[in-house]
Amino acid sequence: MNNSLKISIPRQQKILRQRHAKSKLFARACAFVTWMGAALLLILLYQIFSDGLSWLNLNFLSSFPSRFPERAGIKSALAGTLWLISLVAFISIPVGVATAIYIEEFTNQGRLSRFIDLNISNLAGVPSIVYGIIGLTIFVRGLELGRSLISGALTMSLLILPVIIIASREAIKTVPMSIRSAAFALGATRWQAVWSHVLPASFPGILTGVILALSRAIGETAPLIMIGALTYVAFVPEGPMDSFTALPIQIFNWISRPQEEFHQLAAAGIIVLLVVLLAMNSIAIFIRHKMEKKLQ
Amino acid sequence: MMMQVKQRESISKGRVRWLESLIHSGLGLCALISIITTASIIFILAKESFGFFQHVAPADFFLGTSWVPMFEPSAFGVLPLLWGTLVVTFGAAVISIPMGLASAIYLSEYATASKRAIIKPVLELLAGIPTVVYGYFALTFVTPLLKILFPEIQVFNALSAAIVVGIMVLPMIATLSDNALRAVPDSLRQGAYALGATSYEVTTQVVVPAGLSGVMASFLLAISRAIGETMAVTLAAGATPNLSFTFLESIQTMTAYIVQVSMGDTPSGSVAYQNMFAVAALLFVITLLLNIVSQWILRRYREVYQ
Repeated sequence: MNNSLKISIPRQQKILRQRHAKSKLFARACAFVTWMGAALLLILLYQIFSDGLSWLNLNFLSSFPSRFPERAGIKSALAGTLWLISLVAFISIPVGVATAIYIEEFTNQGRLSRFIDLNISNLAGVPSIVYGIIGLTIFVRGLELGRSLISGALTMSLLILPVIIIASREAIKTVPMSIRSAAFALGATRWQAVWSHVLPASFPGILTGVILALSRAIGETAPLIMIGALTYVAFVPEGPMDSFTALPIQIFNWISRPQEEFHQLAAAGIIVLLVVLLAMNSIAIFIRHKMEKKLQ
Repeated sequence: MMMQVKQRESISKGRVRWLESLIHSGLGLCALISIITTASIIFILAKESFGFFQHVAPADFFLGTSWVPMFEPSAFGVLPLLWGTLVVTFGAAVISIPMGLASAIYLSEYATASKRAIIKPVLELLAGIPTVVYGYFALTFVTPLLKILFPEIQVFNALSAAIVVGIMVLPMIATLSDNALRAVPDSLRQGAYALGATSYEVTTQVVVPAGLSGVMASFLLAISRAIGETMAVTLAAGATPNLSFTFLESIQTMTAYIVQVSMGDTPSGSVAYQNMFAVAALLFVITLLLNIVSQWILRRYREVYQ
């Protein structure tokens, strides 16, 4: 305070101008960096589409992998990914949502639920490749399921379970207590209250979390490579015990080859992968929009 | 008549109670799966690492500077792999932490609602892109670009891996830090503005310090993710364990080594197979510690405002 009185007025004005100039510069710098980050997405997409779009045609979708780039396609990889994701959904959604219901509705938020809570948030941070090693040890070798679709699906389910559980818990938490109380007052049991009231009310939130988790499973590569899915597969799998390949693995395979043509094939594969991801996310947004309207 | 109704009621009541307890235990069983998962991760990694340490002294593993697992004479010093991981993580952090924090500040302090509505989905899309795609981006875009700047750069190099991993974790830092900064109550900002502070001073001296626990936690989570990142570094950084501080040469990270072993046909039970578990155990412990510390920071230093 005393100091500022000693400084002459022109000098004070100069300091003030500098402070404001600094402030403006800072705001601009932050904005610049942010938009630069957003521009990275455009660059990435441009790079992929300019490389891969010319390779994308019906032949590409309906051919099996090949040593000759012009004959190679993603039929087996696309089929493998669809199989894999259906199995993962079938396994992980019931288990994940049930766990979330158990923690939120059936425990008294004591030590046990805190322990499970801590456990799940730590599991969510475990690198995906570690899940791959666990899948290799338990499912491929331990249970002797081999390098099959079901091994891949079980491994992937373990990987995305924490995501589904966390998202479902958040969704269940938003359901107001009064809805449960009303159900209990009419004589409903805990499960009846959950099944007919809490679950329908939290469905949009759960669904969003589930679809985000499944999108993660579609793009994950490392665990599948660990369980040994990186093989030449020139057939469409017909059952959970068949060996398989998947989109990200086929893409990885093509990127790791030195020839330029295979890199472009990889880009075409990436376009298909991104389209699948985009489709899933749009469905999630659409359903959520519909459900939210209905609830109001 | 009355008797029958009562009887039926009591039967259905009994059935409801029976069903209820069945469902209760079924749900509990599902919740148990997550605990079993953790237990089996720890058990499997510990068991195989133990087997590995029967053949190789722990001191040779943790302090050895040479990593030659596949050929005779073999050497199992993990430092080159750990170093490779650190180099990539360091580079990624140098890129993503300032950019992520600046984006978070822009989003929470400066951006209008309409601009937020553009940036947020873009960040979500960036976060949702599979990591193998970032590997492709590193090889076909970043490395050729770097070649113009540094003509001596190798095809596989740590720098392009660090850059794409940095881009990959950027949305995470931006989103989590944005949440932390937005949780700072407006009254603090208004108080500072009322004292004549500029927006720069408000941001750096009031808002960021107030949200620091969330910001720091986001940094640690991002670093933990960068350490565990596999596909981009496998594709972009190469497979040469390297203990020199260089961004322009090929290196190998812990995760890339694990992938390399799993792609070869290593018989289970062999030393090369077991050392994969030792490396994975080290990776698991490092990421777990980072996650625990970040959760602890969030709990311990969270400023609670009414």
